[in-house]
Amino acid sequence: MFQSLQEIVEKCKKEEKEFWEVILEDDTMERGVERSASYAKMTDTWDAMLLAAANYDKTQCSSSGLIGGDGNRMEEYLRTHECLCGDFIGQVIAGALQMGESNACMKRIVAAPTAGACGVLPAILVPYFKRNGRNSEYIIRSLYVAAGIGQVIAHRASISGAKGGCQAEIGSASAMMAGALVYLEGGNNDQIIHAAAMALKNMLGLVCDPVAGLVEVPCVKRNVYGAVNAVASAEMAMAGIKSRIPPDQVIDAMREVGDKMDVSLKETGLGGLAATPFGKEISKKIF
Amino acid sequence: MNIFDILGPVMVGPSSSHTAGAVRIGYVAKCLLQDELCNVKILFHGSFATTGIGHGTDRAVIAGLLGMHPDDMRIPDSFSYAQKAGLSFGFDQIDLRDAHPNTVILEMEGRSGRNLKIQASSLGGGRIMVNQIDGIDVNFNAEKPTLIVHNLDQPGHVAEVTSMLSHKCVNIATMQLYRDKKGGYAVMVIETDQAVPTDAIKWLEHLEGVIKVTYINLEED
Repeated sequence: MFQSLQEIVEKCKKEEKEFWEVILEDDTMERGVERSASYAKMTDTWDAMLLAAANYDKTQCSSSGLIGGDGNRMEEYLRTHECLCGDFIGQVIAGALQMGESNACMKRIVAAPTAGACGVLPAILVPYFKRNGRNSEYIIRSLYVAAGIGQVIAHRASISGAKGGCQAEIGSASAMMAGALVYLEGGNNDQIIHAAAMALKNMLGLVCDPVAGLVEVPCVKRNVYGAVNAVASAEMAMAGIKSRIPPDQVIDAMREVGDKMDVSLKETGLGGLAATPFGKEISKKIF
Repeated sequence: MNIFDILGPVMVGPSSSHTAGAVRIGYVAKCLLQDELCNVKILFHGSFATTGIGHGTDRAVIAGLLGMHPDDMRIPDSFSYAQKAGLSFGFDQIDLRDAHPNTVILEMEGRSGRNLKIQASSLGGGRIMVNQIDGIDVNFNAEKPTLIVHNLDQPGHVAEVTSMLSHKCVNIATMQLYRDKKGGYAVMVIETDQAVPTDAIKWLEHLEGVIKVTYINLEED
């Protein structure tokens, strides 16, 4: 397991390997499996994401009644209007909403890195896959890139909302996806980790304040925010823009911010949006 | 955490700790009972008690007890599957001291009369920890083949078990020993790198001073 993003980049350089390959090899050692077994498992993970996206049900509704139908609303809007941010981003927004809704409605999803943040990766990867001629090999490699970044974040900081707030969930997902997208767009390893760093920086301080403690409000829409931020960060990295703060130090800062965050803002349902009059009303109605 | 703890699990939502972890606790508990479950009392503590219903934690635990995995699409309807399977269940809340916020106690009763009480916590990301078996502290996550031996607290039992494992070329990954009091009731929890052969487990069960042997290997499922 890698202790830092820099360590991954250095290993790639020394062994003249690609980012995804180094992560794959590390997985074979860590879990004691063959290369083919690791690759097959990642293929299954991707298939599960595709299936989850295809199985979106616009009529589904969460147990609180707050979640359902928004992903379809966005899709309808895209069909009937020219989206200001372009068709691709329009699809990303719709995809993130749909996956977040499916999760809230007890459908099968892939936690990436958590269930609450499950919409960020597929929101981008599914339309990207469809747009670029459906070559799953590169998508699967990009998932290794995402996982490698996520592993370092989990090690140095956290991927749990209860520990680090939403920045640790949606922020981590966004960083993972930004790096993966740079890989897909043909960027180099430095660009990968800088995209991840920029994405995470933009999310620092984001609190986990779910209404009634449920993975519904604001979690579903935060997936949109994480996905769009990932695209923007990847584009900046592809343009040659770097994070001024070294990527691993950004992760360390996320940990520090998480440690200083008040417990009412870390998945307890006691602060932020959860503590608004409306949030409390909903909570009272459910429990 | 390995990379499939980061990208994964594939699971039924909405929460890896409150849903996927709860299914896994139920599943591990069912395996530990080693009998067909007919009745269970489920006690939720902490965050499981306060936000469990909204996360489907109740349905998730039942699903696991019925042998479902965290990605089983039938989880939301587990209560009706339980009814069909003749499993009766009840829920309540409990306030435990020094327990993880996502903790549950399962009091299980099997058809052939085997009883088992388990306390387990969901740690996040679908990972779990079994904290107590029949009131005795244990700590294992069921991610590796795990052998649990209940025996009288007297000399020689650890040597018997470990030499058997050595004989079968099974490497011990971790080993923990617990007892309720000196000369009382002891529990050994051994996580191994290889599967433990069935004949070896049978042999252990017949040793004098060994009360109960439980073995789970979720990798084989």
